[in-house]
Amino acid sequence: MSDEANSAIPMDRRQLLLFGSAALLSGTMLSKTASAATGTLVMTINPEPNAMVSAFNTASPVAVISGKMTEGLVHYDFELNPQPELATSWEIAPDGLSMTFKLRDGVKWHDGKPFSSADVAYSIMEILKQHHPRGRGVFAKVTAVETPDPLTAIIKLSEPTPAMIYALAGWESPMLPKHVYEGSELLKNPANNAPIGTGPFKFVEWQRGSHIILEKNSDYWDKGKPLLDKLIVRIYPEPSARVAAFEAGELNLGGDGPIPLNEVKKFQDNPAFKVETRGTEMNNSLDVLETNLRNEHLAKSEVRKALMHAINRDLMVKTVWYGLAQPLTGPIPQTLPHFYSADVPSYPFDVAKAEALLDAAGYKKDGKGTRFKLRLIYPTTGDTYDRAGQYLRQQFRKVGIDLDLQAADVPTFIRRVYGEYDFDLSMVPASVTADPSIGLQRFYHSTAAKQGTPFVNASGYKNAEMDNVLSKAAVEPNPGKRAELFKRFQQIAMEDLPILPLVRPIYVTVASAKVQHFVTGPEGVRSHYSTLSLG
Amino acid sequence: MSAPRRKLPLRFIGRRLLQALLTILGIAIINFFLLQLAPGDAADALAGEAGTADAEYLANLRREFGLDRPLWEQLAAFLMRLATFNLGYSFRYGEAISTLILNRLPASLLLMVASILIALMLGVLFGVTAARYFNRLPDRLISLLALLFYATPPFWIGLMMILVFSVWLGWAPTGGMRDITAQDRGIAGVLDVLRHLALPALTQAFFYLAIYTRLVRAGMLEVLSLDYIRVARAKGISERRIAYRHALRNAVLPLITVVGTNIGGFLGGAVLTETVFSWPGIGRLMFDAMMQRDLNLLLSILVLSSVFVVLANLLVDLLYPVINPTVELR
Repeated sequence: MSDEANSAIPMDRRQLLLFGSAALLSGTMLSKTASAATGTLVMTINPEPNAMVSAFNTASPVAVISGKMTEGLVHYDFELNPQPELATSWEIAPDGLSMTFKLRDGVKWHDGKPFSSADVAYSIMEILKQHHPRGRGVFAKVTAVETPDPLTAIIKLSEPTPAMIYALAGWESPMLPKHVYEGSELLKNPANNAPIGTGPFKFVEWQRGSHIILEKNSDYWDKGKPLLDKLIVRIYPEPSARVAAFEAGELNLGGDGPIPLNEVKKFQDNPAFKVETRGTEMNNSLDVLETNLRNEHLAKSEVRKALMHAINRDLMVKTVWYGLAQPLTGPIPQTLPHFYSADVPSYPFDVAKAEALLDAAGYKKDGKGTRFKLRLIYPTTGDTYDRAGQYLRQQFRKVGIDLDLQAADVPTFIRRVYGEYDFDLSMVPASVTADPSIGLQRFYHSTAAKQGTPFVNASGYKNAEMDNVLSKAAVEPNPGKRAELFKRFQQIAMEDLPILPLVRPIYVTVASAKVQHFVTGPEGVRSHYSTLSLG
Repeated sequence: MSAPRRKLPLRFIGRRLLQALLTILGIAIINFFLLQLAPGDAADALAGEAGTADAEYLANLRREFGLDRPLWEQLAAFLMRLATFNLGYSFRYGEAISTLILNRLPASLLLMVASILIALMLGVLFGVTAARYFNRLPDRLISLLALLFYATPPFWIGLMMILVFSVWLGWAPTGGMRDITAQDRGIAGVLDVLRHLALPALTQAFFYLAIYTRLVRAGMLEVLSLDYIRVARAKGISERRIAYRHALRNAVLPLITVVGTNIGGFLGGAVLTETVFSWPGIGRLMFDAMMQRDLNLLLSILVLSSVFVVLANLLVDLLYPVINPTVELR
C-alpha cells in the first residue's frame, strides 16, 4: 500500500480541482429554475408536515398540504361566508338542531369510487368527532348524520352549534372515503400518508425531509381545473435558505411567513415577487400574554391594567414585528367582522397611569426603582418572541417591574404552563379560528381549565358572568343575538384582563411575480388551489 | 517497504465487539433515562403543534405511544425491540422507524464521505505545506485560515456559500439533494446530485479541515525533526518526497483517530449543515425527533450513532498497525 498511496496526493489535488469545477460547471449548464417545467409550481411548507391528512392532526403544515387533496363541505370568501364545495347548498333549521347539506353530484374519489352522503356521515361521526383534536369539540353535540339519499346529509345536534358552519373547510374538516377507512386501524391507515380525497390534486410521493409531489387530478369535478400539472412542495428548514431559494428562482410560493420578518420589506419592494398580507383570516393566530392569577401580584386587577398601560404596542409592532402586525383592541381581531366590537375598555400607552395603578396596588419602588419581579415564559418558535420578550422587559423596567425571560421548547413550554401552572406571564400564539366559541371560549371559560391540557384557560380565571355569556353564545342560533353576546364577552375580557391581548401578527404569503391566484380567500395557502397558475 | 501480510487479529476483534455490545447497551440505557429528564412528552409536543387538545385525546395519545406504562416497562420494551432489530413504529411520523432512518441514511453517508474526503485531502496538503514552510509566509497564511475556519460557525459559512454561489452566481442550487422538477436518472441524475452536494460537502469539510490541518502540521513538525529524516535529507532525497513519503505516515496517526471520531459522530454532527442546505439527512431527523419528544425514534438514532462510533474506533485501531507496523494491538 505504499507506492500508490504516496503518489496519490498530488494527483488527488488535480482531480479534486477537476471534480469541483466539473460539478460547478455542470451546474451552470444544467441550471434549471422552477419555471422550466411548465405547469409545475414549487412551493414550500414550513415546518415539514408530519402527515398528509388533516383529519387526525390539526398542525398548520398538515392543513396546508391536506387542503390540496381533501375537500370539505364548503369553503369561504373573504367575508367568511360559506361557499359551495362538496355541498352545493345547505340549510340550518331555525332551532339550530339540524343542518341539511345537498351534495354535489358526480364527484369521484381519487381511486375512482363515487363520493356520497355515506362518506360524509362516516367522516363526521367516525373520524372528525373522535380523532380530530378540534373536531372533538366542534362536533361534540352531533348525535347522528342521516343519509336519506346518496346526495343528502343531515347533521343532527343535541344542542345548537352555530360555530360549526365555520369549521367545514377541506383543510379543517376533510371528507374522507368510508371504503378506505372503514374497519381499519384509523391512525395507522396508509391513506393518512398517501391520501385518497376528492380534491384537485392527487398524491404522488413524499420523501420525508426533502419534498412532496402532487399531480393534477384529471377527474376533478370542476372541469378544466386544476390549472397546474404538478404541485411540488419542498422542505427548507431554515428561513434564510428559503430567502435564497426564492431569490435563485427555485421556489415560487410559500405561506405562513416563509421568510424572516426583516426580509419582507425587501421582497415587497422587489418587482420579481408578490407579497400578500391576507389569507390567514380563518386562523387568526394572535400573540397574547396570559397572566397567572395565582401569582400574588397578577391577582390584582390594577397590576394587569398597569401592564397594559405600560406597553407601547404601536412601537412594539414597528420594532418587534417590523410593521407586520395589527395591535389588538380586545380578544377578537377585526378580521372577524361578524363578532368584532370596538366598544370595550381601552388601555392607551401611559407610563404615568401605569405607575399610579401600581402605587395604588401597594407596590412601592425600592432603592433600585424595582417594585417586583415577574417571569415571562414563551415557546422558541423563531426569534420573534425573543425580540418581543426583550421589548417587554424594557417597557416593564420603566414602571419598576423586572421581567425574567424564559424561552422553552414547545413540549417544555406546554408542560410548564398548562401542566404545572409554573409561570407568571406566558406569551402564546392563540388561534381564535373563525369563531370565538371554538377559539376563545377555551381561554376564558372557567370550566375549560383542565390541568395538563394545552391551550386552554391556564390563568385560573373564573367569572360567573363571563361563563354565562360564553355558554349562551355557543348555542345561540340567531346571529344578531350571538353578536350581542360576544360584544359583552369582549367588554368583560378587557375589564378583567386575564389575558393581555397584544397583536395579530400578519403571516405573509410570498410568491414569484408570475404566480396567479395564490391567495383567493381567507384560507390563503390552505385553499385547494384549483385556480393556482404560473402566469 | 512492503509489510508482511498480516492475519486478521480475530481474538482482538471478538473481544472488542463484545465490549462494544456492552457499551451500546449502556449508552441506550443512559440515554433512555437522560431523555426522561426533558420536560413534556410526545403527546405534549403533538398537542402543541396541533394548537388544541382535550384531556381524553391526550390520554389516548399517551396510551398509543405507550407513555402510560411504568418507566421500567418502557425501557424493557425498547431494549427488546433493539434486541430483535425491530425498532417499532413512530406515531409522530406515521411510519416504521427503520424506514424513517433508512430513507435518510444514504443522504447522510454521502455528505459524510464527501466532506471527510475533501477535508482529508486539503488537510494533509495544507498541514504538510505549513510544516515544510514552518514560520514562513505559507505557514502563517494557512494557520490564519485554519483559525478562521475553526472560529466561523459552519451555519454562517453555509449561508455565505449559498449567497455567493447560488444567489449571485447561480452555479449551484440553494439546497436539497436533487432537482425534483426534473426526473433525471443515470448520468444526468448523478451529476445533479453532485451539483447539490458540492456546497454542503464543502461547508461541512471546512468544519473538519481546520482541525485536520492543525493535526497534520503538528505531527509533521514533530517527525521532521527526527533523525531518520535527517538521514533522508543527507541522501539528497527531495524535500517534497521526504515530506509525503517518509514523514507523513508517521505524522497522520493522531489524524486517523480524529477522523474516526468524526465518522462516528457524523449522524448528529452535520445537523447545522443539513439545516442550511435542506439536506434530507439523519441530523435533521434527530433534531426534529428531539423537539417532538419522539423518544423511540431518537433513541434508535442515538443507538445507531453509538454503533457507528464503536465501529469507527475499532476500524481505527485495526488501521494503526497497518500504517505504522510498530504499533501492537492489545
